[in-house]
Amino acid sequence: MLILSRRVNEKIVIGEDIVVSVVEVRGDQVKLGIDAPRNVKVFRQEVFDAIQEENKMAAAAAGLKLPELDIPERIKS
Amino acid sequence: MRVKTKAYGEIDADERQLVSFPAGLLGFEKFKDYILLDAPQKPFFYLQSIDVPDLAFILIDPFLFRPDYSLDVNDDSLGDIGVSQPNDVIVFAIVTVPADGGSVTANLMGPLIINKANRLGMQTVLGDSRWRVKHDIMAELAAAKG
Repeated sequence: MLILSRRVNEKIVIGEDIVVSVVEVRGDQVKLGIDAPRNVKVFRQEVFDAIQEENKMAAAAAGLKLPELDIPERIKS
Repeated sequence: MRVKTKAYGEIDADERQLVSFPAGLLGFEKFKDYILLDAPQKPFFYLQSIDVPDLAFILIDPFLFRPDYSLDVNDDSLGDIGVSQPNDVIVFAIVTVPADGGSVTANLMGPLIINKANRLGMQTVLGDSRWRVKHDIMAELAAAKG
């Protein structure tokens, strides 16, 4: 892992088209600006962790009793 | 093709039931190949791993209980599963049934997108803050009915 320090308004360039800038530092919080092409997915780590966690819970449960759902016709169509 | 399933024991599956996730599902990246089955109760489905009998997910069409659901997935990532026209896409949400009898929820933040044309799938991550990993299906269906 590359570890480096940057000041506010300084940037890091990743590859040819990703630029990460330090927008603001306040206490233990850092605000980052990320410029990346649309096909590069940028997410907070927690989002991935949450989905991974939910997948694991869902897999553990499959096979248990399913609820009765009364889906109205107008939603079905 | 014989497949050992978590819900039904060993069954005969048709090639048309196969769905492959080239990148796997989050947390289950190693397992790529599944079959899609009807669950004993509509409108649920099972996504059963071909390799691991004990690995299965319950799926639901999210639009059934959230008619206002929407996803904005960029074309490049849809390209990963060969989607060339919107009609080929089916969307499923993964359902969690808590063992303690709590509310049955669906994950609308990380839906599954399946290309009907080639039966390739992916789990995508939505950036829209309206969609969370737990949506109470019964409550939101009741709200949708008004």
